[in-house]
Amino acid sequence: MKVNQNPTPQTSHDTGDYVTVNIGPSHPAMHGTLRVIALTDGESLIKVDPEIGYLHRGVEKLGESLTYHQFIPITDRLNYCSAIPNNVSYEMAVEKLMGVEVPEKAQLIRVIMMELARIADHQVCIGILGVDLGAFTPFFYLIIQREEIYEIFEWFNGARLTNTFGRIGGVDADLPDDFEQRWEELKPGVRKANDETEKLLTHNRIWMDRTIGISAFSAEDALNWGFTGPCLRACGVKRDLRIDEPYCMYDKFKFEVPVGKNGDVFDRYIVRMIEMEESIKIIDQAYKRYKEMPADAPLMARVPKVIKPPAGEVYSALESPNGELGFFVKSDGSAKPYRIRIRPPCYMIYQAFPELVEGELIADLVACLSSLNVIAGELDR
Amino acid sequence: MDLKKRVEQCLGPNNFVVAMIECQGDLSVEVPKRSVVDVMRLLRDTSGLGFDFLSDLLGVDNLDLNKPKKKPKKKTEEGEGAETEEEPKDKGPVSPRYEVVYLLLCLERNERLQVKVRVEESDMEVDTLTPVWKAADWPEREVFDMFGIRFKGHPNLKRLLMWDDFPAYPLRKDYPLEGQGEERHLNYDD
Amino acid sequence: MATEAYNGGGWIATKLEWLINWGRKRSPWPLPYGTACCGIEMMCALAAGYDMARFGAERPSFSPRQADVLIQAGTITLKMAPAFKRVYDQMAEPRCVISMGACACSGGVFRTYSTLQGIDKLVPVDIYIPGCPPRPEALLQALLMFIEKTEKSQPITHKKHSDLLVGT
Repeated sequence: MKVNQNPTPQTSHDTGDYVTVNIGPSHPAMHGTLRVIALTDGESLIKVDPEIGYLHRGVEKLGESLTYHQFIPITDRLNYCSAIPNNVSYEMAVEKLMGVEVPEKAQLIRVIMMELARIADHQVCIGILGVDLGAFTPFFYLIIQREEIYEIFEWFNGARLTNTFGRIGGVDADLPDDFEQRWEELKPGVRKANDETEKLLTHNRIWMDRTIGISAFSAEDALNWGFTGPCLRACGVKRDLRIDEPYCMYDKFKFEVPVGKNGDVFDRYIVRMIEMEESIKIIDQAYKRYKEMPADAPLMARVPKVIKPPAGEVYSALESPNGELGFFVKSDGSAKPYRIRIRPPCYMIYQAFPELVEGELIADLVACLSSLNVIAGELDR
Repeated sequence: MDLKKRVEQCLGPNNFVVAMIECQGDLSVEVPKRSVVDVMRLLRDTSGLGFDFLSDLLGVDNLDLNKPKKKPKKKTEEGEGAETEEEPKDKGPVSPRYEVVYLLLCLERNERLQVKVRVEESDMEVDTLTPVWKAADWPEREVFDMFGIRFKGHPNLKRLLMWDDFPAYPLRKDYPLEGQGEERHLNYDD
Repeated sequence: MATEAYNGGGWIATKLEWLINWGRKRSPWPLPYGTACCGIEMMCALAAGYDMARFGAERPSFSPRQADVLIQAGTITLKMAPAFKRVYDQMAEPRCVISMGACACSGGVFRTYSTLQGIDKLVPVDIYIPGCPPRPEALLQALLMFIEKTEKSQPITHKKHSDLLVGT
């Protein structure tokens, strides 16, 4: 992959001596399988060319040869830091295609699990952002709490990471009786880890120098590039699918949507920290509503054993921890989907990466990449 | 006014509407291939519509859409001389074969619209949407990579997910799931 | 006594081997080659909860020259395969490959056009860990198996490390 060797000089002390640096695909700062070919003048970046596809596993084609239910475990492997929103997004798309209404109790359980997954995803994102910039300690604090959340996932779903949560039409099992006790034990732990992370990072001189002003992005550019999620909110646009296009009873809950100013690395970090706190509030409200429901309320809508949606195509999206995660499902009336398209949030965000890091230093490239939370499983599918 | 009527009012006068389909609340409008950029600009700039966000861009291969699905044979009680069921009639291949679907969103009114463009097998070229939305950059590269549809005017139309020398277009319906034995070979200088 | 060392056996050679193995087994530096979901479980194994560092894997070395164990956690696609092979080739002997997860062992759920159906098609694997993803405890057990194997290896009297079978 050749980068243009004769671009317009951008720095005032340009020597004209450019070096092409290949970063990845096997690199500690590259989050798995991302590759960046950077044309640099010393340390400053002149042009950056990301290359993806190193984890392209053919998920969309695989979906065409599996039945609708058999595809749910595959959706786990997309954004593997938080598997539950992937499952629910796919299930919601198929339910929309079939015209099935999910019962209220199942929706509340979905909300509780999705918000727990949101907390877990933000924990690992901020932890890894710290590790990439040299701040190891918050990673350990946050991971301990993430292990506690994994305990809840394992106890409810059977697996820590690849949950395969829910079914088309609802959820398969009710929350066990001691969920309240587990949640009340987990809540202060999560809050404490967040507090300690804030104390270590937010007003830390080194952290502020390394994150404020790095890869600042304007709201117009962000919308033109198709940004969604925390990266868009950090640019100052108040856009959250849970409020704008409510699903799963989110319109019944009160929560704030944090919005940044400059769209830089620091704003993305702060937006994620506040979102974790808001998720705790949502879980409290959802569980309170859940307790008021009768014990024998249905958990699944009436769906046939073999799912054969009528021919047609729909698009359904929800607010995953990274942004708008959408599924376009086309059915031809048979038991297997005709076409499944996954709209990954970090796909649209990562394609703006050359513009985000133009003129920065190589070390800032690492900070910016880490703050975008690019998950290769979702990016490449 | 209803979204369907507004879209008809905007696109109708220039004969931009080929078909309109509604499915479970999702409106989908098919437009002619040669005028896709004009349609997008109209949809974005007309007040009352204002679709200013490109959510996604994807390709679909309709080769097998009318393929008859085999029904499982019913077991008879006697278990002998199974009756032959009527095979569903093959309606013939769908033409044009490919579709490019654009998913648009109006941020102000939170309305979504699907815009479709049909692409013939003999003329697989569509104008690029990158002058209108930069978000179309990688999705168009992916459609090229997976289906082979070229986008005229794209700044960097190369394969995105597969390696550059990959010889086929994987998401086409006539390409097998397990591949045809392709492997990537790189020669290193040392 | 000393010349017997090169024919297998001999007191000095075996004691020297015991010393070398003692040093090597106490510090298996992993090369965490995490590509997909198993990479997250590997991260959890390296972090505070399961702590691989207490077995000596204190320094995850991303440089292949300084690593002892290559932990392949995640799917290897055909596009990634040359890069992976190159990293393996750069590792210095004695080296060990741990194939973590169903995708690394055999392609896993992804029997598709772009996924390598098991890394043993490219590199010799010493330890397979099944699971999708395997628990961090399974990775720790694999590391312990590597330590057991190192204890029994014969770096002076046997020329090649890879001659030995796993589990002997």
